[in-house]
Amino acid sequence: MEKMQYDYPATHPVAHRVHVGVVGSGDLEVLLEPSSDERSHVIVNTSVDGFGATWKNVLDRFFLRFQGAASIEINDFGATPGTVMLRLEQAAEGLRA
Amino acid sequence: MSVTAPRLDYRHFLERRSFIEMGARERVRAVLDAGSMRELLGPFDRIKSPWLPLQGIVAQADDGVVLARGTLDGTPALVAAIESAYQGGSMGEVSGAKIAGALELACKEWEQGRPILPVLLFETGGVRLQEANLGLAAIAEIHAAIIALRRHVPVVGVIAGMVGCFGGMSLAAAMCSRLIVTRQARLGMNGPEVIEQEAGIEELDAMDRALIWSLIGGEQRRATGLADDLLEDDANTIAAAIRQAFLTAAVAPARSAQVERYAELLRRIDPKDPPDPQSLRTLWNPEAPA
Repeated sequence: MEKMQYDYPATHPVAHRVHVGVVGSGDLEVLLEPSSDERSHVIVNTSVDGFGATWKNVLDRFFLRFQGAASIEINDFGATPGTVMLRLEQAAEGLRA
Repeated sequence: MSVTAPRLDYRHFLERRSFIEMGARERVRAVLDAGSMRELLGPFDRIKSPWLPLQGIVAQADDGVVLARGTLDGTPALVAAIESAYQGGSMGEVSGAKIAGALELACKEWEQGRPILPVLLFETGGVRLQEANLGLAAIAEIHAAIIALRRHVPVVGVIAGMVGCFGGMSLAAAMCSRLIVTRQARLGMNGPEVIEQEAGIEELDAMDRALIWSLIGGEQRRATGLADDLLEDDANTIAAAIRQAFLTAAVAPARSAQVERYAELLRRIDPKDPPDPQSLRTLWNPEAPA
């Protein structure tokens, strides 16, 4: 089990909280809520060790488009990068709902 | 309405909303009146297992149990649902305490003259082995709470599948005033894999799905009188049956209160010559359709 933290710049606050996903095999849970400052903060708890560079790549790409100031907690149970991106996009979509 | 034969119309099949494919939170929303769901101790409260991370396992923020208040046809309701995708829907200290605590609060509501309808959506392998006795203690509290609450109001349980309901939580399901199952549901103390592992493949082949469902599947449990409603896998049908159950369930005493009746049923079985699933249906429930 590994815990990682990342910070990203943001341009605007997010309006409300969004929860998606499940800590199930090959899946993950995303808890997204308004950040206390003007940046985004990501905490990743993952069951698979040694993939920090991959996580950073996926998050870098997500935050190219996502500009909200959000605190994001990810509880991961061995999701592939594609699944991680889909869950992040699903959370972002939940903000527009 | 006890046994509902699935309709074979393919358009109906395509239009139905699969309850089995829903996660716990979606199931709760599907059961309650539209727009009435208010989650209690949700994921952002982060009441999660303190024990799993110590064992190198990532914990889910709601510990795999979704609790919500809402309404059923306008009457206040409490729905608890177990998320089977997280740790097999297992009951740990926190997830078990969430269900037990909610049922105890519902009981207090009744004691103060405020009606609330309790619904349990099971999907669980039973106790979470990593939390051992703490999970078992929580399950015992759930049992006690169901018995206490049952004096005030029917407690309605649903097993939809595909995990089913096993271990101590199978007792909780059996204690419900009315139990709703689908054909895909399974209800039993030990799961097939556990039986195969402990007693050998000669005793039970856990890969033989037809055999397993013939023994512990929803259809067999209904036919032998251990479940009340056999429904197809459709959220609207299940939500309607839950509402109906509160109108009809109070009539008969709960199964777990009919000790002598079930002792008599057990005496009909000769362990040296155990019945096959089909003959158990006639042995235990002669009125049931064969």
